[in-house]
Amino acid sequence: MNFPKELRYSKSHEWVKIEEGIATIGLTDYAQSELGDLVFVNLPEVGDELTAGEALGDVESVKAVSDVYSPVSGTVAEINEELLDHPERINEAPYDAWFVKVENVTDEEELLDAEAYEAHCASEASD
Amino acid sequence: MKLIFEMGGPGRGCDLIPDCKAPDCTVGLAQREKKPMLPEVSETEISRHYTELAKQAYGVNDGFYPLGSCTMKYNPKINDQAASLADFTQIHPLQAAADVQGCLEVIGEIEKALCAITGMDACTLQPAAGAHGEFTGLLVIKAYHVSRRDQKRTKIIVPDSAHGTNPASAAMAGFDVVNIPSDANGCVDLEALRAAVGENTAGLMLTNPNTVGLFDPNIAEITSIVHEAGGLCYYDGANLNAIMGIARPGDMGFDVMHLNLHKTFSTPHGGGGPGSGPVACKKFLQEFLPGIRAVKGADGYEMTRGSQTVGNVHGFYGNFLVVVRALCYIMTLGREGIPEAAEGAVLNANYMMHQLKPYYQMAYDHTCMHEFVMTLQREKHERNVSALDIAKALLDHGIHPPTMYFPLIVHEALMVEPTETESRETLDEAVKIFIEVMKQSEETPERMHEYPLAAPIGRPDEVAAARKPVVRYGRE
Repeated sequence: MNFPKELRYSKSHEWVKIEEGIATIGLTDYAQSELGDLVFVNLPEVGDELTAGEALGDVESVKAVSDVYSPVSGTVAEINEELLDHPERINEAPYDAWFVKVENVTDEEELLDAEAYEAHCASEASD
Repeated sequence: MKLIFEMGGPGRGCDLIPDCKAPDCTVGLAQREKKPMLPEVSETEISRHYTELAKQAYGVNDGFYPLGSCTMKYNPKINDQAASLADFTQIHPLQAAADVQGCLEVIGEIEKALCAITGMDACTLQPAAGAHGEFTGLLVIKAYHVSRRDQKRTKIIVPDSAHGTNPASAAMAGFDVVNIPSDANGCVDLEALRAAVGENTAGLMLTNPNTVGLFDPNIAEITSIVHEAGGLCYYDGANLNAIMGIARPGDMGFDVMHLNLHKTFSTPHGGGGPGSGPVACKKFLQEFLPGIRAVKGADGYEMTRGSQTVGNVHGFYGNFLVVVRALCYIMTLGREGIPEAAEGAVLNANYMMHQLKPYYQMAYDHTCMHEFVMTLQREKHERNVSALDIAKALLDHGIHPPTMYFPLIVHEALMVEPTETESRETLDEAVKIFIEVMKQSEETPERMHEYPLAAPIGRPDEVAAARKPVVRYGRE
């Protein structure tokens, strides 16, 4: 399982990278491995307002549909349209397969560093 | 096996419809230019084709079928016998009430029985399935608030342990869904509920016993929190088998609910229907119900319609022959048999859970109701054996697997519902097989991804089926 040091993480298993005021958001390696093979992805539209802690879209695996939560509040600047036709990219390379880029970030939920997130996943796995 | 399109040959057929003597007429643009592409097969070929398909299927009549949340109990043959009586089958839905008194008596009697079992006052038989019932019940809730000019009530609260259909039905009915987390026991978190209710709360949807097979101990407090906020309480009756004849949703404070006749009341299901999901409600909601109710007057049964009905949700009287089967079941069991069936369902589930506990990790370590949930999380992490692998391996032993990956709040879930119609010998045999499969997974974990080897179909490619489904046969 991969937990890149340069990223920060939400407890609901999204990764986020904030660079020059733009937050790039995706689903973690742990999340994709728990969900299994993904078959559909729903993304927001450019210009949509996101609220930290609320769903920005959802992913569907052969097991179930799951919401993907936004770790930040802000405006959707860009979406990764490639995922709509190729959801398997999320399984193949979860940290390259970003979902959205968010600008005008006004708020963010409490985010974990790689080490704390790894511990969080370990505690979920042993529940 | 071959598809029916790959059998037979041109000109072969067995239709018994005589040649049409009426002159051809043209209907312009809507006229077909080519004959429809239908299979051309003889009666012998059709008969063998369907027999071969039937041999590949597995149902309650073949063996143990502990599919959690589905209540796959045995369907007594007497129900079918009653439903095949010509007085029920050879009638037309537009016949006048005076001509179909027997059918109306069925509708009137089952309403009485279902109201007695649920603690409600009125019932519609129109909805054809559980989720259809949810949708109908939510329309009733909406119509109630609108009738009081209380349009600001737009939110339906749904716990995260709910059936997936609950939030879907609420969204279909035009409500906003508010999800609230469950507590460590999978029950409603009262603090989260208190924080969620308010003047825009239209209602709460609750499954009880919940999806992990536990009866919520705070049920009365839950309904009173919602009522105090001005909302109504909807009871998802999918799991009624655990409590029928023992506890009544109407007494727990619920206002409207659905029942699944095809689960709890032993009508056949699993092949896409027909099902039946009647909606029962308290008196103050009865005028909003869809369809007709049969009310006994001086000259026999009459059909009445609610004065503020939400409109029809199905043609005429719903799936009437399913209702006949359910009434036959209720009358066969009677006032004593109904609670006995529920007790048997709970006893069988606890018996199996207790036997399996040393081998399988239980998601919740409690006495369960009619079903229990196991988690394969540990096996998944230790040796990459998933709930799917265990389920597939069970197929080779001739039993139907439990429900997988549900409820969503339990990782690698297997949900087992044995029902009351299984004997102790069947349960013992099933327990033996579950234990054997677990041992297989310890000894040869790598082989667990290969099963089933004996089933007609091994492991279908679920990912390809979801991403690139082929739902239509193509022929040049």
